[in-house]
Amino acid sequence: MKIEVRGLRKQFGSVQAVSDVSFEVKEGELLGLLGPSGSGKTTVLRLIAGLETPSGGDIYIDGKRVNDLSVQDRNIGFVFQHYALFKHLTVFENIAFGLKIKKWQPADITQRVAELLQLMSLDSLEHRYPHQLSGGQRQRVAIARSLAPRPSVLLLDEPFGAVDAKVRQELREWLIRLHDRLNVTSLFVTHDQEEAMEVSGRIIVFSKGKLEQIGSPAEVYEEPATEFVARFIGAMNILEGTVLNGVVKIGSLEFPAPTIPDQVQLQVGFRPYYVKISEEPTRYRQTATLRHIYFLGVAYRLEIETAEGLILRSRMNKEEFRQYRFEVGQPVSFAVTQFRFLPQEGISFPSSALPQLLDAGPLTP
Amino acid sequence: MTTHSLIQLALRSASVGYVALLILFPLTAIVHQSLVGGLDHFTQDISSPQAASALILTLEAAFITTVINALFGTLSAIVLVRYEFPCRWFLNALVDLPFAIPTLVTGLMIAAIYGPTTILGTWLHQSGISVLYDKPGIVLAMLFVTMPFTIRSLQPVLMELERDQEEAAFSLGASPWTTFWKVTVPSVLPGLLTGVFLTFVRALGEFGSIVIVAGNIPMKTQVASVYVYGEIESYNPQGATSVSVFILLISFLVLILLERLTRQPGERMPLWLRWPKRPLSMIHPSEIGSQP
Repeated sequence: MKIEVRGLRKQFGSVQAVSDVSFEVKEGELLGLLGPSGSGKTTVLRLIAGLETPSGGDIYIDGKRVNDLSVQDRNIGFVFQHYALFKHLTVFENIAFGLKIKKWQPADITQRVAELLQLMSLDSLEHRYPHQLSGGQRQRVAIARSLAPRPSVLLLDEPFGAVDAKVRQELREWLIRLHDRLNVTSLFVTHDQEEAMEVSGRIIVFSKGKLEQIGSPAEVYEEPATEFVARFIGAMNILEGTVLNGVVKIGSLEFPAPTIPDQVQLQVGFRPYYVKISEEPTRYRQTATLRHIYFLGVAYRLEIETAEGLILRSRMNKEEFRQYRFEVGQPVSFAVTQFRFLPQEGISFPSSALPQLLDAGPLTP
Repeated sequence: MTTHSLIQLALRSASVGYVALLILFPLTAIVHQSLVGGLDHFTQDISSPQAASALILTLEAAFITTVINALFGTLSAIVLVRYEFPCRWFLNALVDLPFAIPTLVTGLMIAAIYGPTTILGTWLHQSGISVLYDKPGIVLAMLFVTMPFTIRSLQPVLMELERDQEEAAFSLGASPWTTFWKVTVPSVLPGLLTGVFLTFVRALGEFGSIVIVAGNIPMKTQVASVYVYGEIESYNPQGATSVSVFILLISFLVLILLERLTRQPGERMPLWLRWPKRPLSMIHPSEIGSQP
């Protein structure tokens, strides 16, 4: 295990910023810490770096407990959200800073910096000052500077937060390639779920200082462990209902829940692409009115309203969309083809109900 | 010529005209007057024993003032920006007060504390330390008047300096001490230099408070500004202007040096002010004339 965090806690005054967080980062992994702002993900990163002192719990890097090591001695590379480049130093001097501190020989420093300049496609910029660089270039200098002294882990705080959308996309792809090439264990913080999905091998989802779920991008997307994850990762329709005779009935929609006792309140979640819509009124069992059509570039999102006033979102790709002739305001028929019950805080289910919770099956139209 | 460039021209002329009218014209007048009797006369005026002694005393006191206020001003600025404590806002408001108080009143306040009839004054006198009517009094007056400069020049740059630059240095293995000297100080240097140089030139010209606390004993506690005042009082405008122009010349040189030193690295600057820190061969072509 490259990084291990056990029962980590951090309190700022009366605010519990991080509560009882445990996870592991494997050697060579690129792991994303994902959560809304204020969810404690940056604090976790800073605790690992040694920029904050934990209120409780242990941090291990390379199998060694580092709680009592200062940030200087942890041998980590840290990339700050706003680059934090030394404004009075050139690109070369910025990258060489850590090497000079570590008393490298001048010849070795020159060689290492040249190597990094080339790796980061920054050649010929070494005598520029930070204010003479573009946002993307600054971010690459920041990464080069943190990598120069060969840190054992690389920690990145919202690495692409401060650049515009197009550069962000380029930097993401570039980071993935860089990681493939260097294979340095990396942990990065982001609030952008798309970015986390695209860049990381595994994702840790945070909310309110707590760890909600760890898993591959596909796992957190397809099998959200909590309501929060379901809402935060991608779009999801979430409805609330009560079990009666093994069925959760919400308006005219029925979701079978044979193993769950009566009177239990449940949340039902289904992704927009599991809502099938047709302009033929009898194609599917349910009926509704088409309220909005949103063009998303690669796909369309349709919003429908049932007779009971439930608003549901559906998603289909362009080819599918072209087979129909949808018009806003027209009646449509629809079906939910797959759904899952979402685990909720404060509600415990009997163990017999668990299999169904974890694997809600397809629904026949 | 478009309307836009007309407006630009008008704006530029207005600002140049304003500076010229308020500063350049009076300055030219006094420089002209000091040289009416020829350069020999000018050098004679400033090298007369009394004038030279006043000039040396002024430079000495201003230098001591600058060093003290640079140190304590830096400390105060750091404390005011970085630390939360009760009444910080009050202390922050107090800093500007020396700008608002007439300097004569400043002199009166210092005399009221250190005067021979006060408890502190009596005690100091018994201990053999002279403050009033001596050099320490002059420095005290200069310190009071120039206190805001370092603090107010440093505060904005300290606020702008994000903590993460220092944290970045820590993460690269730099100790807090190394970080302070290699990251914090260079980053705030333009602000610090501005404060220090303004302190120095302001101290050179101080009159109102010193005339009250210094005693003005020729060759002993008479500073340049008070000497100039004396010369005017005794109908010797020529001597007064010569010493004034000399002080102005020093201030002007100091301010030009400041302008040179506080430019951002890599910024374009007039050739006559440019002397490279590195050999020219090491300057990359991309640096010259490139703007972000």
